[in-house]
Amino acid sequence: MTSPFDAIIVGAGPAGCSCGYTLAKSGLKTLIIERGKFPGAKNMWGGAYYGPSLNQLFPRFWEEAPVERSIHRHKFSFFTADSSLSTEFTTKAFEGPPYQGFSVLRSRFDRWLASKAEKAGAIVASGLKADDLLWDGQRISGIRAGGDELPANVVVACDGVNSFLAEKAGLRKKLSSRDLKQGVKEVIQLPRATIEQRFGLTEDQGLAWEFIGTFTRGLPGGAFLYTNKDTLSLGVVIQLSALSDSRTRADDLLEEFKHHPAIENLLVDGQLVEYSSHLIPVAGKAMMPKLFTDGFLVAGDAAAFCLATGLILEGAGFAFASGLAAAETVIQAKQKGDFSEKSLSAYAEKLRQSFVQKDLETFKKAPRALENPRLYRQYPELACELAKKIFTHDGQPRRKVWNLLRQSMKNKVSLWQILRDLIQIKGSL
Amino acid sequence: MNHKSIEDKLAVNKYDLDEEVHIRLKDEICKECEHRPCVSVCPADCFKLKEDKLSFAYEGCLECGSCRIVCPGNAVDWALPRGGLGICYQYG
Repeated sequence: MTSPFDAIIVGAGPAGCSCGYTLAKSGLKTLIIERGKFPGAKNMWGGAYYGPSLNQLFPRFWEEAPVERSIHRHKFSFFTADSSLSTEFTTKAFEGPPYQGFSVLRSRFDRWLASKAEKAGAIVASGLKADDLLWDGQRISGIRAGGDELPANVVVACDGVNSFLAEKAGLRKKLSSRDLKQGVKEVIQLPRATIEQRFGLTEDQGLAWEFIGTFTRGLPGGAFLYTNKDTLSLGVVIQLSALSDSRTRADDLLEEFKHHPAIENLLVDGQLVEYSSHLIPVAGKAMMPKLFTDGFLVAGDAAAFCLATGLILEGAGFAFASGLAAAETVIQAKQKGDFSEKSLSAYAEKLRQSFVQKDLETFKKAPRALENPRLYRQYPELACELAKKIFTHDGQPRRKVWNLLRQSMKNKVSLWQILRDLIQIKGSL
Repeated sequence: MNHKSIEDKLAVNKYDLDEEVHIRLKDEICKECEHRPCVSVCPADCFKLKEDKLSFAYEGCLECGSCRIVCPGNAVDWALPRGGLGICYQYG
């Protein structure tokens, strides 16, 4: 049977669109199906894209893509109930092309991505859900969607973290809540000028701000705030198993975070315009499914290509790179006329050569190290208490910083514990 | 900003509701469940406990998949809404 499509890609996100764009540009008959009403309708994230992958695919994409603000400041804060200790990094080098990153709203951005694939010749069918896989013996031969059978030489599953297709293909088991974080986000609208004034930004410049602190009640996770043009994206990201075990609602933590004295004033008169949630695959290599089988490839979040190192939580760059690697594999398979598992195994080799597998290998111990509860309670408390002691003058003779530190550590954490944690961090992050 | 309930938050979202229910619970298993982690992990507050009975409304579902993953009895029969329906993010 000859298939009308060389490839059917399921999911029009970063992985699916980069794959579909590359295939269509090479003249392969490509169908991208997307279950959302339009590409991006089902997608959310914290808020920023970093790295060179997108610029390699679409040179100077920022001139046409609906990006929000170029990220030129990174801020990190420790929060306790009433205090905060922050550090901020900015450099001239992040200003101007090729830029370091952009805050992005997915509902708008993914629509643009899909339009690029469409212009390159791919068919994008939105509002169509892949219900099942088609099988020809042991080989996957297409998908069933909306009551129709759609055959193809290859199916590329870019259907996100919950990938039903990878499960149906038998490449992975049910996900574990320990390997996932739940993100809950609010988009809050404010006048553009107000955002620039409150965050000390000039036109088109943006801030990426990450938080760790007692608002997560010791649960592994943190909060984020990104500035968009006329909205803020802010939310919390918490380990799903910890939410489940402690009967905690992520939204309660988000509310606590929003009412922190360092945040509350920044949100005054803001209007909530969207509330969203998504899971994030954070266990890296440990949760990665098998990536290919006869007539089938997995890319993006569906393959758990996501890097979580505490300071970095990044999936889109991996999605673009893996979508591209999947496309190159399919193009070669088409030339050989061989879509077998053996032929498609070139995909794994391409990923091994790229930063995708290399980064996940480098940080393979990070997910478990980041479960250390002291990172989320004792250390933020220690940092804030030490800062408070340094800056407080109570009329008593002052003490050296080391002595203040030892005093702040009392009842929180021992020197021995800190050393052990530092050794673990050194080995994993 | 005032403290908003999840219900108030969901009210600003755009949905194209699927009249066909896409998530079903296996009541027999839920009845016996002591933990019911679904209740607290659902970011849309779809699971409610009333007098020790679990009730579920799928309309506000954000399609995150958390309930299916944390359910200890595999009692959440979770499918995605039909194509084009369900949550429709305008910002994302």
